[in-house]
Amino acid sequence: MLQSLSFRDRQSEVRIARSRVYVAAALMILLLVALLARLAYLQVVRHDHYTTLSQDNRVKIVPVAPTRGLIFSRDGVLVADNRPSFRLQVVPERVEDMREALAKVATLIDLTPSDVERFQRLRKRKRSFDTVPLRFNLTEEEVARFSVDRHRFPGFEVTASLTRHYPVGAPLVHVVGYVGRIDEDDLKGLDPDNYSATTHIGKIGVEQYYEAMLHGRVGLDQVEVNSQGRTLRVLDSKPPGAGATIRLTIDTRLQAAATRALGDRRGAVVAIDPRTGEVLALVSTPTFDPNPFVNGISVALYGDLRDSPDRPLFNRAIQAAYPPGSTLKPLMALAGLHYGLRSPGDGTWCPGWFTLENDPHRYRCWNKWGHGRMSMREAIAQSCDVYFYQLALDLGIDRMHDFLDLFGLGRRTRIDLPGEAAGVNPSRAWKRKARQLPWFPGETLIAGIGQGFHTTTPLQLAQATAVIASRGTLMQPQLVTRIETPDGKATATAGKRRRVLADLDAKAWDSVIEAMHEVVQGPTGTARRSAEGARYEYAGKTGTSQLFGIRQNEEIENEDVEERLRDHGLFIAFAPLDRPEIALAVIVENGASGSGSAAPVAREVLDEYFLRKEHARRAAQNG
Amino acid sequence: MDEPRTVWQRAHIDPWLLLGLLVLCAIGLAVLYSASGEDHAMVMRQGTRMLMGLAVMVIFAQFPPVFFSRLSPLLYVVGVVLLVILNFHGTGRGAHRWLDLGFMRFQPSEIMKIAVPLVCARLVAAGSLPPTLPRLLLAAILVLVPAVLIAEQPDLGTGALIGVAGAVVLFLAGLRWRYIAGIAVVGLASLVPLWTMMHDYQRQRVLTLLDPEADPLGTGYHIIQSVIAVGSGGLFGKGWLQGTQSRLEFLPERHTDFIFAVLCEEFGFIGAAILIAVYCGVIWRGLAIALTAQDSFGRLLAGSIALTLFVYVFVNVGMVIGQLPVVGVPLPFVSYGGTAAVTLMAGFGILMSIHTHRRRLSLSL
Repeated sequence: MLQSLSFRDRQSEVRIARSRVYVAAALMILLLVALLARLAYLQVVRHDHYTTLSQDNRVKIVPVAPTRGLIFSRDGVLVADNRPSFRLQVVPERVEDMREALAKVATLIDLTPSDVERFQRLRKRKRSFDTVPLRFNLTEEEVARFSVDRHRFPGFEVTASLTRHYPVGAPLVHVVGYVGRIDEDDLKGLDPDNYSATTHIGKIGVEQYYEAMLHGRVGLDQVEVNSQGRTLRVLDSKPPGAGATIRLTIDTRLQAAATRALGDRRGAVVAIDPRTGEVLALVSTPTFDPNPFVNGISVALYGDLRDSPDRPLFNRAIQAAYPPGSTLKPLMALAGLHYGLRSPGDGTWCPGWFTLENDPHRYRCWNKWGHGRMSMREAIAQSCDVYFYQLALDLGIDRMHDFLDLFGLGRRTRIDLPGEAAGVNPSRAWKRKARQLPWFPGETLIAGIGQGFHTTTPLQLAQATAVIASRGTLMQPQLVTRIETPDGKATATAGKRRRVLADLDAKAWDSVIEAMHEVVQGPTGTARRSAEGARYEYAGKTGTSQLFGIRQNEEIENEDVEERLRDHGLFIAFAPLDRPEIALAVIVENGASGSGSAAPVAREVLDEYFLRKEHARRAAQNG
Repeated sequence: MDEPRTVWQRAHIDPWLLLGLLVLCAIGLAVLYSASGEDHAMVMRQGTRMLMGLAVMVIFAQFPPVFFSRLSPLLYVVGVVLLVILNFHGTGRGAHRWLDLGFMRFQPSEIMKIAVPLVCARLVAAGSLPPTLPRLLLAAILVLVPAVLIAEQPDLGTGALIGVAGAVVLFLAGLRWRYIAGIAVVGLASLVPLWTMMHDYQRQRVLTLLDPEADPLGTGYHIIQSVIAVGSGGLFGKGWLQGTQSRLEFLPERHTDFIFAVLCEEFGFIGAAILIAVYCGVIWRGLAIALTAQDSFGRLLAGSIALTLFVYVFVNVGMVIGQLPVVGVPLPFVSYGGTAAVTLMAGFGILMSIHTHRRRLSLSL
């Protein structure tokens, strides 16, 4: 009985257990289906989505900076290039004992305490597999010493990067400019993608103006990284596109001659080819070396440049506006001819001064004894003020303004440099607007000799001179002739040209140009001394821009005046007389007189230009 | 009924279970090789443990089930005592899971993984089935004491799994449905106090499961990267040793708890399905052994061991594919880990013992 009871129990127990196993199995299958459904959803339905996410995890885009374009001068001199600069860097995780390793390295390479301190500071901020710079700008000797023993320093490596360098340096800085590290202000106008790997940007000069061409296109490396950001390998690489090579219109020899001629004086020289508007020389002195600016100029050095009373950072050639003084007189004469108010033979009597009706003021000629009867030619050659007072009075300020406007005075030339000043070509409207005052007749007289409100930059003056030389073609000055992209495409750049004064006949031009020739190579010309012995013919005009008015009846010789209060000396010139090739403007600050200071500078520049041309011609004949 | 005894029966080994387990070990070692970044030493250590586990399994299979039944109270008491010592002697921060014996470290919770179903099966099988209420309550206490001790360590995952192992025994014993319903109601009602008792990091895991994107760099990072690994594997996977999520170290815990994500990434849906199928085969074989076991003890114990394996797999896979909270449950035979594989093998040794030590039912009975 007991046996059979336990036997029945066993059967029912088996039944219970079996049914429970089946229930459990059913539940299991249900849960498995749920798992597999979820797996299929993730791996099949959403596969593309998660593939993208996984790629985003592992693939990073690393920008590669392009090589900046080179800059050559007209005569083929490399004036801005990229030089390898060596730095010693360390991957800390590969160095076993950093203190010992640094001590050993210091026996080969100069390490200042500040180098080590900076290194330790940077190291804390980086991951152990990141490279940390230890020393910049290694000398070649240091590189060589380290290379020999490199196997002794695992984790230390010397790498070369390209640094902008200006071989010609100071004489060209006001043209070429320089690059510097990108700062907050630069970032505003930049394409962040294209500049993602770039550290330097053009700050002034051609480097700034042609930044877009010189910079090039950023390259992109696709690299595989792990979760800590360590780069494991390069998957794909789109190499950067180097910046374009730029060829300047500047001739370094002419530039050097002009710089030399100005010497240690403050001043500017601008020389333009009147046929094309190409700027052959653009000098502002004193000048400075651009190279220290590239990788951060020291505070002391920058302070010296900034605070120097000579203002070397100031580009006088395009940023400084000076009263043109008597250099305006040839333009005035042309205005008289243009408006039919004068013919070349008409005379004006110069007693040494000029007066207006109802005005007791005597407007003096520079020659207090008077020039006597002056024709247009004589008035230009001897720079008679009285002749041009009368002419200015006859023209009136508004006609003067309109005429001078044709020569680009009072307007930016739109040369390819940043920061150009506009100068002032005064008129009634200008004075009302700028000074809220009416125009006074006496101001017309003063304007007639290029004083008073008139201001022009040396570049504007050179441009206006080129208009005379070309007999009526206004050329936009240009510093760049060709832009050559790395793919071999070259773009020639040409400034806009505009024909002005087409109605002025050849005789009118001849008379003014002959008068200007007489300024330098005539018996009474104001600049005749500076032209002595010249083996070519040229035309010019002296000018003096007054810094402060000499009071009535006061006799002051410039020699007695403190140097910085002396008048500025100006000179414009072009040559040869027929088919001029070079037009220039020179200003020597506090040079006292145009004939004494500026004209000799122009002579040196012209000598350089023509003597070399003659050499070239002879060489061609001999060859 | 007196079948001819095969070599396998003489050796007390079930060939199908052995085959299934060997396949799982092989897959596990292959995936581990990739997940560890081709670390030979790690794979060798894991292989050694597996061999140890297989040895334990074969040894355990030689003893008859009644041996384990008799041993179970002692095993249980020793395990609980160790757990208590561990929970009170530990002073430092963090989890007190390890017992350092000097020559080796092991987790007493591993003992309980075997002891709890054993003692439970013995208790329940001693009476008639379905079990009576007093017996059930006693069984519940036997299960809950170690489960709570382990959860307090804190190791919520293992504690819950030990609870499940005991519960499976009771379920197979024919626990009445109305009790099951009652437990379910009480369980749901106790979620609120449970929530308040949980450690912060445990709560965070639950919250993270609900919205991993809320904290993508913190607690959500595991789930997000794991799901990316699984999803990017696609149907066929990126290929062995080609998984970028694991090899580039985006996937955390890739050779332990999240190793299934590595498998999914490198072998795709097909690979994952094959692995799950092998698990199902092993589980099915275990359930078949349970069905043909000769007594209640064997039936309950075998069923519990087989279904516990399923719970392990389900919880781990559910975690990796973002359906269950991140609890520290390894994937059996695949995840790198010390004693867990040995314990599992020991369980399968007992399963084989149940299957191969059949009492001759003499016709004379």
